[in-house]
Amino acid sequence: MRISTFFYTLKQGVRNIFRNRWFSLASIMTTSACLFLFGVFFAIMTNFQNIVKSAQEGVCVTVLFNEDTTTERKEEIGQLIQARPEVRSIQYVSAEEAWDEFSADYFGDEYSVGFSENPLEHSDNFEIYMQDVSMQSALVSYIESLDGVRRVNQSAITANMLSGMNSLASYVTIGIITLLLFVSVFLISNTVMIGISVRKEEISIMKYIGATDYFVRAPFVVEGVLIGLVGSLIPLLVIYELYNRVIAYVADKFQVLDSLLHFLTVGEVFSTLAPITIGIGAGIGLVGSVVTVRKHLRV
Amino acid sequence: MVFTLKETVNTSRKKKKTENATDDIIVLDHVVKTYSNSAHALNGISLKIKKGEFVFIVGDSGSGKSTLIKLLLRELLPTDGTITVNGMNVAKLRRRKIPKFRRNIGVVFQDFRLLKDRNVYDNVAFAQLVIQAKSREIRKNVPMMLSLVGLAGKYKAKPKQLSGGEQQRVALARALVNNPPILLADEPTGNLDPKNSWEIMKLLEEINEKGTTVLVVTHNREIVNAMKKRVITMKKGVIMSDEEQGAYIDED
Repeated sequence: MRISTFFYTLKQGVRNIFRNRWFSLASIMTTSACLFLFGVFFAIMTNFQNIVKSAQEGVCVTVLFNEDTTTERKEEIGQLIQARPEVRSIQYVSAEEAWDEFSADYFGDEYSVGFSENPLEHSDNFEIYMQDVSMQSALVSYIESLDGVRRVNQSAITANMLSGMNSLASYVTIGIITLLLFVSVFLISNTVMIGISVRKEEISIMKYIGATDYFVRAPFVVEGVLIGLVGSLIPLLVIYELYNRVIAYVADKFQVLDSLLHFLTVGEVFSTLAPITIGIGAGIGLVGSVVTVRKHLRV
Repeated sequence: MVFTLKETVNTSRKKKKTENATDDIIVLDHVVKTYSNSAHALNGISLKIKKGEFVFIVGDSGSGKSTLIKLLLRELLPTDGTITVNGMNVAKLRRRKIPKFRRNIGVVFQDFRLLKDRNVYDNVAFAQLVIQAKSREIRKNVPMMLSLVGLAGKYKAKPKQLSGGEQQRVALARALVNNPPILLADEPTGNLDPKNSWEIMKLLEEINEKGTTVLVVTHNREIVNAMKKRVITMKKGVIMSDEEQGAYIDED
């Protein structure tokens, strides 16, 4: 491509935007509105998933041994459990540690009073934290089948509820994002269609002169991508401004749930949201302009 | 700075012309064009146009003139028969070769078809951008072409600020700036008063004298009769007459 063609393309792309300023504004607003909804929804869902995830991380399965289980066997069991893919981490808690923890929780500093021996002598155990709590029952039945294991403690209700919430969130996310994308594509292609019909004659003149499809299309693509980019930056700025305020408001209103509500920082949300939104914006602009111009290129 | 037409002649084309003076630049061989739901728009037309000829194509509406133009520009494909333009079989052109093919034919329309948002200079320069001419050449060729059609002083004007005659001159400059071997004018004087019509026809004649093959589709009886050029008369999709130094034939 010649430099003159490149600059011509850029210049015409930008001029097109201003020449059809009402159409451009309508396209930018439509894109912005759709991507704003997308962004808000994305922020809510990632936070929700983060809350569920941190709750899941606290759920653990405890493995207690038979009194006659040897230390070697316990180590073996530990390795077998460690090897399971659903296990995130495993930690051995000795009888002393178990008693220290228990007594500190229930008696405070004066726990040693009245106990000459460790009442939890046979309560040394493994604490297992999982990658995915939905796999808990499978893991539990596996561990129960191992020799030397007396009992496995689990909180089935918590685990089921959390994994249920997690999959519900995933379904809702997929559903709403699909719906939003459909609405965006419909609205945006409508707006682009109106804009392009205005320039139908211009395209046919270019074609009669002997312009290649590429030459005709390039300024429209520049225009579409620029509109898409501006349309994606506006909602990002708005969400960026609103995010911390909303988080502060929610945290303030639901102080009771303070320990449960682990919100992501605006930086964490934007590290994913910004590239996705900008990508979708530019992508919608690109696809929209290419598809709509193509119809008029067959002259 | 005033340029004369002589200075703008493409010498290489002139050379070719002298080497191969009898070559036909446009050949139609038993061309049939049928639209999906009607009778033949063109019904087995055969004709040859030599390089450097000046030809009028006349006929009432429905005679097939517009279809002929669309076929020559490869906007439509013939249903049957072959069309050869500047050595290229139009029906066998691949889609991506069409733009390059069209650069052989400068085209002027009744309604001028200028880009309304661009000034005179940009309208003409656009044709050069399309063929990816160098910026230096564009800066040289566009003013030259504008003074040729007598619009050097109005290069900044937008089409809306020009008279019909002036707009048609801009269209002519745009059609010729890339130096095509063929100029196709579809009712070029249809929207012009007699004075402007004559000026445009004089320009076309000058252009033809310098080697460009000129095809003019027109209804203008006075001009056709006065210019004593080859006249092809069409009626209902067939050629009724084809005469050197012919005249406009009345239907009635």
